[in-house]
Amino acid sequence: MKRKLISVEGLRMGHGETVLLDDVSFDVERGDVFIILGGSGCGKSTLLRHLVGLELPIAGKIRVGGREPRLEGAAPRYGVMFQSGALFGSMSVGENVAFALQEWTHLPPDAVQAIVRAKLALVGLEGAEDKLPAELSGGMKKRAAIARAMAFEPNLIFLDEPSAGLDPVSAVELDELILTLNQNLGLTVVMVTHELDSIFKVGKTCIMLDRETRSIIARGEPQRLRHECDDPRVRRFFNREMSVS
Amino acid sequence: MSDAEAMGRPSLVVDERLSLVAGMVQRFSWEVADGSAERLRILLGGRIGIEDAAALWKRISETLAEDVDEVRAVELDLARVSMIDGACMALLTQLRRELRARGVGCEFVGGSGEVKRIVELYGGRKKERRKRAKRKPLSAIEQLGNATLAILAEVKQILNFIGELTSSTLHVIKHPKSLNLRDVTLTMERAGADAAPIVLLINFLMGFVMAYQSSAQLKQFGANIYVADLVGVSMTRELGPLMMAIIVCGRSGAAFAAELGTMKVSEEVDALRTLGFLPLPFLVIPRMLGLTLVAPILVLLADAVGIVGGALVAMLTLDIGPTTFMIQLQSAVKTSDVVSGIFKGMVFCGTVALISCQQGLSTSGGAEGVGRRTTGAVVSILFSLIVLDAIFTVVLGVFGL
Repeated sequence: MKRKLISVEGLRMGHGETVLLDDVSFDVERGDVFIILGGSGCGKSTLLRHLVGLELPIAGKIRVGGREPRLEGAAPRYGVMFQSGALFGSMSVGENVAFALQEWTHLPPDAVQAIVRAKLALVGLEGAEDKLPAELSGGMKKRAAIARAMAFEPNLIFLDEPSAGLDPVSAVELDELILTLNQNLGLTVVMVTHELDSIFKVGKTCIMLDRETRSIIARGEPQRLRHECDDPRVRRFFNREMSVS
Repeated sequence: MSDAEAMGRPSLVVDERLSLVAGMVQRFSWEVADGSAERLRILLGGRIGIEDAAALWKRISETLAEDVDEVRAVELDLARVSMIDGACMALLTQLRRELRARGVGCEFVGGSGEVKRIVELYGGRKKERRKRAKRKPLSAIEQLGNATLAILAEVKQILNFIGELTSSTLHVIKHPKSLNLRDVTLTMERAGADAAPIVLLINFLMGFVMAYQSSAQLKQFGANIYVADLVGVSMTRELGPLMMAIIVCGRSGAAFAAELGTMKVSEEVDALRTLGFLPLPFLVIPRMLGLTLVAPILVLLADAVGIVGGALVAMLTLDIGPTTFMIQLQSAVKTSDVVSGIFKGMVFCGTVALISCQQGLSTSGGAEGVGRRTTGAVVSILFSLIVLDAIFTVVLGVFGL
């Protein structure tokens, strides 16, 4: 039996007095590629921020690896890639990837450099160690951010819209990378995305959030939801139909 | 081929273009067809492009200005329109909206395939968007209440920040290895070494101007020699640290607020946290420490050049030689004056770093938010410096220092 890696129970979250999701529960199993879907403004990215511990829920429980996700200045237990990449602008790409390794391990500089080179090669950025983030294209920034999130060998990675704004070739390459990491390393991936191609290619499980009902309106395998779900909102999303409401 | 031709527009001479833009020339047709008093039919014809927008808007405004109380419905017939662009269609849609708001029905009719597509695209569809409830303007009391709550929220945020900073400082004292030393030295270099030239220049001029202004008064009483007391005491106790802090505020305070603000809005601060670094020990404490450590050097430099400025004036206008000036200075300025100035400078620099980092880390809302917080930081720092200076003056006076 697969073990739960993330468990969310009765989550209520929002900004100030605005509640975005209410009484939401779901689990993410080890080795899953879990996709969070939904229209703009339904709280996908906010849910991701709650899962990684950047925001605290109004009510409910979130457990990641059996513990509350709190960021208290300790070695990272999981990797996070932000929508914009959020690379540190004052550091080179190599320094960005090496950052957590230097702080949280006692590896000599040569070993850190070897790991940095390998991680960058993994995401197709060989030789970009000395470049500054400003010198990278959008796709390269996202890949560098994945390399940074992967630096500390996490078994769980959170990705916020990894292929948004990328050209089709880069988006496919990124999907391939996510699949490889999941299949070869057993990495659990939780990601927010709108890209249907990505969802069908890499997604194993997905949940769809809805702004109106502030809840999950569908959950399951993306292909099954596309063909079998009766909810018109889900069908519209998967079949790229315009809203009639 | 000219640009206009390339874009499918007839080329126009400048005068004609100006007249069009001003709405003085109309190239399309706008006819009000005969019909019943209740039903108005407007027939449009020809090509209606962006150059004709002014003339079209003029016609629309005239129609709306007319008394349409009796009219129950308006029909905008586009059958004879060969081309209409999005901008002009938007103006016609506005006319329809205004008429409907007055209870007059309005519809687009006719039009070729291309025109129909534009009509549909710009709201010709029957479906009306759900109207949002209009926000009522807030009363004065509500605005006052909101402003008070906003101030209280800001105060709470500042108190939280101070609380977190205290616990982070204790953590750094217990675990000195967790201190980001790289940023301490970087801050000392950028805020200290790089600021030295401007601190030297400004304080030299301060000493010079102060001595020059007072020399005329001192001459009247034959008290020329006291220029050394005046410049020495005021530079070491007051102006040296204060001017240095104002320069540090303008240079480093604004830079810290903008730097941390940009990091906050570009999610770099969040990324730091997910990598296991807490923003306060990693970003704020090194900046505070760096600035506080560099303050004594900057204050001493400021004191020294200010006194040199004063000595120069004394030599040039009051016939006081450097040796005489120095002897008088030694008798006037006590060690406690210099030490209290250095202490003040350190507190001022710590305040600059504290406020600018707090404002930077409170940034939200993109580039505009960064600008707002940077301005807020500089204003708050200047205000705090003057208040702190007043407190220092009173407290040191009470203790006879």
